[in-house]
Amino acid sequence: MRDVYILGVGTTACGRFPEKAAHVLGREAAWAAIKDAGIHPRKIEIAFCGHVYQGMGVGQRTLKEIGLVGQPTINVEGACGSGTLSFWEAWRTIAYGQYDIALALGIENLSRVLSGGPLPLEEDDIEVALGMGMPGLYAMRAKRYMMEYGVTMEQLAKVVVKSRHHASLNPIAQYKKEMTIDEVLDSPMIADPLTRNMCCPVGDASAAAVLCSADLVDKLATKTPIKVLGCVAQSGKYSSPKGLTCDPSENVMRTSKMAYEMAGLGPEDMDVAEIHDAFSIAEMMVYEALGFCEKGEGAKLIEDGSTWINSGGVAVNPGGGLLSRGHPVGATGLLQTAEIVWQLRGEAGKRQQENANVGVIETMGGAQPSMDGITCVVSVLGK
Amino acid sequence: MAEEKTYNKPLPDFRPETKPYWEGAKNHALVLPRSKETGKFFFYPRAMSPGDDMSEDLEWVKASGKGKVWTYAIHHMGPSKAYKGDPPYVVALIELEEGVKMMSNVVDVDVNDVHVGMDVEVVYDDVTDEVTLPKFKPVK
Repeated sequence: MRDVYILGVGTTACGRFPEKAAHVLGREAAWAAIKDAGIHPRKIEIAFCGHVYQGMGVGQRTLKEIGLVGQPTINVEGACGSGTLSFWEAWRTIAYGQYDIALALGIENLSRVLSGGPLPLEEDDIEVALGMGMPGLYAMRAKRYMMEYGVTMEQLAKVVVKSRHHASLNPIAQYKKEMTIDEVLDSPMIADPLTRNMCCPVGDASAAAVLCSADLVDKLATKTPIKVLGCVAQSGKYSSPKGLTCDPSENVMRTSKMAYEMAGLGPEDMDVAEIHDAFSIAEMMVYEALGFCEKGEGAKLIEDGSTWINSGGVAVNPGGGLLSRGHPVGATGLLQTAEIVWQLRGEAGKRQQENANVGVIETMGGAQPSMDGITCVVSVLGK
Repeated sequence: MAEEKTYNKPLPDFRPETKPYWEGAKNHALVLPRSKETGKFFFYPRAMSPGDDMSEDLEWVKASGKGKVWTYAIHHMGPSKAYKGDPPYVVALIELEEGVKMMSNVVDVDVNDVHVGMDVEVVYDDVTDEVTLPKFKPVK
């Protein structure tokens, strides 16, 4: 297996852009990543495009706008993990020696699909027939988690307060306004105990990364190349007959353990992390799954404030996370990846975590009855 | 003219392998699959046991229909427009006496009275002529 490096990343802003079709957003991000990499676009040998709702051939429709035609382009779908699944595809095609330079792209224009509200789930599903949506699924986890570990509404709200603060320092974030605990709690209830501000917004964006093999990195790199130390994609296992739990996700634990092992590192080595905080409860549970704390202790890291930037621990979601930067589903994984690349290069501006040398990205996609997620991708990046 | 029943919400898919479950529900019985190999129930119904036994050798057993709320969420917003007018409603994970957890609704209750550990029993909601959804209500 060969070493793989990230040469460049690029993103659009996150927000509601109904006027920008998917290929418009995608073109902007892909071009930004290519410019950031400082390579001629024709050097890209293969492209992967993660999306969920953008229709047939969105990768090809997008890349033709910037003259990237002819090369293989593969559209990748893995629910909310689609963006990092496209990154994983780009990584492995280089790692296993098939190509030397690849583009990983993620695109979503949700505004053109949804007016608002939760993501549509598969309607023939037995649980959807009972009126369950994504917020409801996380709300059920939250309810049980709060009971088992004595976690409070205020602690759930503090996740959002941190997220909004980080986002206030991120020019591309969808929600840049700081928020108080009361403001989080006073927003309308979506699925008790989750208020609207504890749920990620509907939004649109695109993000991209250019990857290359170790053989070419010295020749091509114009900025600090970021090494992919570990990159693992897995699917959820059956959770039945146990059913939904409030234990840390087995899928996230398994995937991150494999990624740490590939990197030869552990959770204690991480300086920054971008994790899948689709709902505020998810952040606490992912702390546990990624090994940042023990089971049931996620709220302690929220209470002690150590996951804020420059607060003595791993800075979690320095870019604002899904809650505040936004969650344009297919683009999310590459927005997370871009943030970690900027952090490791020291380009994160006011939200820069000091001495950031190693970072981890965790994306979790999808809800299925009795299954622990559809796709989980974890990457470990380093300088 | 006979009044037609209108039910606009999504209906579960009738997969052939889940026939005993839906026929049971239609006859107001909670019939659940169990692996003959491990003797363990599982939910949702499907062609094979999701445990490590991966067994297709199943038996369908009438459950007591009694259980406890393991966790729940009060939905103040439905997953689609079809649920307009329904909120607030409760989606809950019910831990049945048989040891298996199933997703359902808690009905015939003030949503604010629902709590973890609440004793519930099955009721049957005949949403169409063909489909009955097992739901749960508090044990009085």
